[in-house]
Amino acid sequence: MDFSLMSRVFPFFVEAALVTLELTVLALVLGLAAAALAAAARMSRSAILRAVGTVYVSLFRGTPCLIQLFVLYFGGPQIGINLEPFTAGVIGLGLNIGAYMAESIRGAVMAVDRGQTEAARTIGFSRLQTLRRVVLPQAARLMIRPLGVNTVALLKGSALVSTVSVVELTYTAQRFIGSTYKPFEIFGVAALLYMIMVYAVARIVDMLDKRFAII
Amino acid sequence: MQGLDFSVVVPYWDLLLTGAWWTSVLTVSAGALSFAFGILFAVIVLYPPAMLAYPVRAFMWVFMGTPLLLQLFLIYFGLVQIGIDIPALAAGIIGLGLHFAVYNADVIRAGIVAVDVGQTEGARSIGFGKWQALRYVVIPQAIRNTAPPIGGNLIALLKESSIVSVIGIAELVHSAQLAISETFRPFEFYITAAVLYYILNLVLEAALHRFERHVEVSR
Repeated sequence: MDFSLMSRVFPFFVEAALVTLELTVLALVLGLAAAALAAAARMSRSAILRAVGTVYVSLFRGTPCLIQLFVLYFGGPQIGINLEPFTAGVIGLGLNIGAYMAESIRGAVMAVDRGQTEAARTIGFSRLQTLRRVVLPQAARLMIRPLGVNTVALLKGSALVSTVSVVELTYTAQRFIGSTYKPFEIFGVAALLYMIMVYAVARIVDMLDKRFAII
Repeated sequence: MQGLDFSVVVPYWDLLLTGAWWTSVLTVSAGALSFAFGILFAVIVLYPPAMLAYPVRAFMWVFMGTPLLLQLFLIYFGLVQIGIDIPALAAGIIGLGLHFAVYNADVIRAGIVAVDVGQTEGARSIGFGKWQALRYVVIPQAIRNTAPPIGGNLIALLKESSIVSVIGIAELVHSAQLAISETFRPFEFYITAAVLYYILNLVLEAALHRFERHVEVSR
């Protein structure tokens, strides 16, 4: 182990880890928005909306995230979509995780006892009021853990965008291996930074889950 | 901007199917590895000696906290540094297998803990040894009860196997890339690859569904 090399490259890696974090946060925002829309569509009364939601979830969950990124980044120009690597990375990761998060949201909403909806409707709440005042507050608690699992998967999956040349943590590691021929040290530093981020996110999810637990 | 023309795919159809075949081979072999090691890790973590449990726990902790891509690079490019030169295909299978073994171990561990302690007591009282009780009574029930999440991990493995294209294994993505390097038609080939993945995914889901029904015990 060459520790002086590790300390020398460390500052570059911290910067790269921040890019990974930035990618993850932006993709998370996009993913949550897509997921909320898709979950709402899948549970709506309109058959067309339900079909649109189902197709989105099924296509993005049924194919590899890597292929989705490649279609967007390499295939996009052929249909007039020219994206910067970073933008393509955010959109690709966001749409992919959105499909998984849509299922997390839908699962949580469906896990709220039907009696809650029936009772709310009986005392005169409209459909929307029931959703907003009764179902969603209860579902929100149940969503924290599955959405947290999705977020951790997104953070680790963000390494994929190194293949479309986004200069994030994994890409930086590859570049330094090319110039130093010390894969163990370099991957060690990258792995350490990923683990710090992953377990920090897991910890935050744990805290949120406990904070909003009913019992 | 050029028009899309999916007929460019036709001459490369055999290449793509070969890629899909290798993706299946990767999924099955890495899946078998992840299952076997999943059980092994779960048992080591749960039962003494603790001397073995600590390193396995540490290994699981590292593998759960880092991306698969990085793990593959480490196995393929990193181990060379300490004199272990693994062929790409083997590195891909080992990397995918160990990555998902860790997730399977987590699931199976919970499954073993959830098997009623009376099962072990019953087996022990009719004369089973400790390991026999585990091997013939507890683990089979644990596996059966955790079949759905283990199947979910296998489906994830099928899709994640696309990542091993980066270390040059000639699976589906790699086949598509080869065809693109000759035709400069990324959109058509990646979409075709996506369709093939989707079909493989459907087939695997149907197979798992049948298997789950097969092992299900009516209670």
